[in-house]
Amino acid sequence: MKLNELTAHELLDLLKEKKTTPREILDAVLARIQATDAQIRAYVRLRSNAAAQEFSNGSATPIPIGIKDNICVTGEPATCCSRILEGFKPPYDATVIQKLKESGAYLIGSTNMDEFAFGSSTENSCYGPTRNPWNKDCVPGGSSGGSAAAVAAREAIWALGSDTGGSIRQPASFCGVVGLKPTYGRVSRYGLIAFASSLDQIGPITRDVEDCALLLGIIAGYDERDSTSADLPVPDYTRALVNDVKGLKIGIPGEYFVEGIDPQVRAAIGAAIEVLKQRGATFHEISLPHTEYAIAAYYIVATAEASSNLARYDGVQYGLRRQPAGTRKTPLVDMYEETRDAGLGNEAKRRIMLGTYSLSSGYYDDYYLKGLKVRTLIKQDFDKAFLKLDAIITPTAPTTAFKIGEKADNPLSMYLSDVYTISANLSGIPAISIPCGFSKERLPIGLQILAKPFDEAMLFRIAYTYEQNTPWHKERVSL
Amino acid sequence: MTKSARNITKEDVLYIASLSRIHLRGEEVERLTKDLEGILQYVHKLEKLDVRAVEPTSHVLPLTNVYREDEAKPSLAQAEVMKVAAAAHNGFFKVPKVI
Repeated sequence: MKLNELTAHELLDLLKEKKTTPREILDAVLARIQATDAQIRAYVRLRSNAAAQEFSNGSATPIPIGIKDNICVTGEPATCCSRILEGFKPPYDATVIQKLKESGAYLIGSTNMDEFAFGSSTENSCYGPTRNPWNKDCVPGGSSGGSAAAVAAREAIWALGSDTGGSIRQPASFCGVVGLKPTYGRVSRYGLIAFASSLDQIGPITRDVEDCALLLGIIAGYDERDSTSADLPVPDYTRALVNDVKGLKIGIPGEYFVEGIDPQVRAAIGAAIEVLKQRGATFHEISLPHTEYAIAAYYIVATAEASSNLARYDGVQYGLRRQPAGTRKTPLVDMYEETRDAGLGNEAKRRIMLGTYSLSSGYYDDYYLKGLKVRTLIKQDFDKAFLKLDAIITPTAPTTAFKIGEKADNPLSMYLSDVYTISANLSGIPAISIPCGFSKERLPIGLQILAKPFDEAMLFRIAYTYEQNTPWHKERVSL
Repeated sequence: MTKSARNITKEDVLYIASLSRIHLRGEEVERLTKDLEGILQYVHKLEKLDVRAVEPTSHVLPLTNVYREDEAKPSLAQAEVMKVAAAAHNGFFKVPKVI
């Protein structure tokens, strides 16, 4: 088997036994990208100096990794796949990048995403869409679609994404890989270009649960440069990788199995529940009564924060600047308005305007404040449920990957595809998506597990047990 | 919620665009009017909830006022940072005529 087909933990074992070298691993990954990425377009750019890369002996984890295009690496372009950040090269490393570099990781390049992470399909990228490696007519999900597709296509051993409303988990589900949104505050956001600061988290996208635990261990931890990062010790997540769920109490929320769910997804989740039951977990029907309001609350809160965060792209501080011919208002205001019209795509404009509206005078109480209050109710639903439970299980997405272009003209139908993932962001809890089967069209289906704040170990334990007793993570795309 | 909030007009869209500092071209105004109206209609399902007694959650972690010592520490060089700017002069951002 080629080296790029292996997981990080398998490669680390080979390195330990001196059966391969970091150079061989990197070359295998780069050869694969060369062979297949013209079809998939997972990457928007590769590091130019791969041949010159030197590997120091004794690096802990010299594993090639794909990085979403919204995470800052010193001197490398980071554009969020938006024209407005054309030419931007950050003068500093994100904290997660600093940690990866310290571990000896090779940063392969930047992966495609919806512009500023606004989307669920990776179609809203100024570089054009990424294709799903399982079926090239389908989207890979989004917004971290490039990262998920790269991992599924064996063009990266693992990758980083970011998740504001499901942007790691939904593409992981669509691409048949593992994706984790850590607890809010578990991973530093320093150097992650902000979308919605109270919801964003960086997280791993990997081929199996063990790799997910390893990568979270590398990137997690308190960071004084992110005042919202949590000052808590990071456990050794690999200790949670036990094939045992005996006695665990897992909830199934009725609200997640109503209209709109694809029967094949429902059946796959039902079968996954049986697997965990046989291993000794007990299942309990629960209610998360405010679930139906989550999307509405999310699209108020997230867009309000986005409109504020994106105000900085004004033709002054970053690359792109446009000046219209003639004067409309004043030369300065004309420059702001022209730059933002030229540099921002349709979905970015839509979200900035929606957020501006809900924050504007006269509408603040009815929209933004109301959204925050509904957020409280959604969080309380989980707080209450977790008093008696160790975890909750749901589908990650109501359907398998949809066709490219299918939802492109209907923003609301695109928003509704996030129905199962956004509550974890609103309430801050950790959630993982793992492969749990295929549709008859051979598209992957994802199982979502949610746990209490900072209990990622519980997610790993349940996910690992499931994985040890099922074959899905071993399935390969044919490219 | 006010009734006017439900019906987004082209004038509303142009006003929001102006607040957002985005110049919109003709066909964009039409499309955004339709899109925002559809999304806001969906959002109005929140009307069914009585939240008068509910505290807002702007943040999920129990953090308030994270302080640090007021000490000078090394930071990025100004010249490095200004390289990112669209236009700069002598360490300042250069902008078009303000008034």
